[in-house]
Amino acid sequence: MATEASPIFDTDELVINMGPQHPSTHGVLRIVLKLDGERVIDADVVIGYIHRGIEKLSENRDWTQIILLTDRMDYVAAATNNLGYCETVEKLMEIEVPRRARYIRTVLAELQRIASHCLWLGTHAMDIGAMTVFLYAFRERELILDLFEDYCGARLTYNSMRIGGLPLDIPTGWDNKVRAFCDLMESKIPEYEELLTNNRIWLERTRGVGVISGEDAVGLGLCGPPLRGSGVYRDVRKDEPYAAYDEFEFDVPLGTNGDTYDRYLIRLEEFKQSIRIIRQGLDGMPEGPVMGKVPRLIKPKAGETYHAIESPKGELGYFIVSDGRATNPYRFRVRPPSFCNLQGLRPLIVGHLVADVVTLIGTIDVVLGEVDR
Amino acid sequence: MADEPKSGDKTRDPRSGGPQSALGEAAPEPAAAPKPKPKPKPKAPPEAPKGPADQPPADDQERPAYFGGFEKALPGAMEQVSYWVGDWTIIVPAAALLEVATYLKGSDDGSFDYCSDITATDWPPREKRFDVVYCLYSTRRRHRLRLKVKLGEGESIPSVTSVWPAANWLEREVWDMFGVNFSGHPDLRRILMPDDWQGHPQRKDYPLEGPGEFLLESPMEWLRLRNLPDEAEIE
Repeated sequence: MATEASPIFDTDELVINMGPQHPSTHGVLRIVLKLDGERVIDADVVIGYIHRGIEKLSENRDWTQIILLTDRMDYVAAATNNLGYCETVEKLMEIEVPRRARYIRTVLAELQRIASHCLWLGTHAMDIGAMTVFLYAFRERELILDLFEDYCGARLTYNSMRIGGLPLDIPTGWDNKVRAFCDLMESKIPEYEELLTNNRIWLERTRGVGVISGEDAVGLGLCGPPLRGSGVYRDVRKDEPYAAYDEFEFDVPLGTNGDTYDRYLIRLEEFKQSIRIIRQGLDGMPEGPVMGKVPRLIKPKAGETYHAIESPKGELGYFIVSDGRATNPYRFRVRPPSFCNLQGLRPLIVGHLVADVVTLIGTIDVVLGEVDR
Repeated sequence: MADEPKSGDKTRDPRSGGPQSALGEAAPEPAAAPKPKPKPKPKAPPEAPKGPADQPPADDQERPAYFGGFEKALPGAMEQVSYWVGDWTIIVPAAALLEVATYLKGSDDGSFDYCSDITATDWPPREKRFDVVYCLYSTRRRHRLRLKVKLGEGESIPSVTSVWPAANWLEREVWDMFGVNFSGHPDLRRILMPDDWQGHPQRKDYPLEGPGEFLLESPMEWLRLRNLPDEAEIE
């Protein structure tokens, strides 16, 4: 190639906007890309387009009203958001949750994980060009939404948990429906694998794309599958067990290369582990009440706490401060997993092609409702 | 929006949305005059809380192993220790923060290599009104610790991005929401609010309803009006 700049093609760097309205940005994410030809040489990730001030709102609502607001953060995994918030308040007030409620919560959270991973799998594969997987994954996700509808009447924003337990026991026959779903889901996972795992195009597009080492991933604060994809053993369910996870057996899949393909394999394996947890939860479901002893007026003593759970996206933490005399939290802070994972996007995409940017947005599984709150 | 009433019109002020102002200015004047006096004493709100409880640990509470090494390595950095519902918190002075962070990350028995969260709490009546809170975790030792730094208005705090790169966006959010200044931060811009926003929304004296249309034009003026006593507002 000639060292002299060509008179026809100028070699300037080009700055383009990707988003906020772009089909592959999963919401309203904007990335300013500095390009040298097809290659990304720098990037700036711009967020905040659907900032609704959920933290500020929550500081002016009742403790119980906030459950409803947490639904609106990660709107494809509302049940885990509810769970994290309720557990934090329970920790702050030292409320004992009945064992049956903890079991049902675990089952709901794992169903939610499957639903969220289904959505991720479908959209991620479609971004890369595999249309069929999208239809398959949404077919299964629909069944989970039906199960949630049976349980609490809502399909997306469940408001399904209460401080101290659950509003409702499971309906009659619901556990058999969930068992049937688990059997069905287990038979569907090989279909996804058949379409993708050894697909040559999929391998070309995902292997070696967006490699990040375990050390860098920890430093950048990545969490959930992106962190485990780099081989770091970190799962809040194992490390700091909550709900009923300490009573169940399951494995934490780890990657080795830290690339997009490994993160894909991990999420597929998490489908299987979630099914395993759900089955154990249904089989060992204890009898008893689903609501613990909770004071009529929820008013924690002055104090503060941080509590984290493993949402489908990663470590979802709540930091709550109570001043001890109001019926609303003095400070309500969410540590959103997508926010921290999205911070890792820039180091991932620099040096890759524009087409890989789409892959890499998909692989970290962001939900902008949670990033912006 | 050409036909909207002139900005500053009280009916558009979201806060004065009482029944009298909703019906226009003419009606309430005569009605208010014959009213018996005793109404004043504008609902004296309870005094704002002055700070978190920061409960000290019970005497028989076993301290984590790394506390000893910490106190030896950085004498005086541990201003105060708090323990509540299973969480340990150490309060450190802002000047020592960077040393503390480097030590905690590097020490073998602490090994806090993962910065979960950085946030702040605002306690306006206090002289040092902000608490900046760092939630740390160790992926090797599997334990947690919170660091807390008290900070006054206008003071700045060293950025810990050099220790934990994860702090970059988290500190940007604290700057955006609270106006806490981080010195040495590589890229301190607003992150959730628009770049030209005025004020810092998570502060306790920032109104919940946010700036309405009038406020967008002149937020500082709106804030001044809002903080006037009730009588002056009717004026």
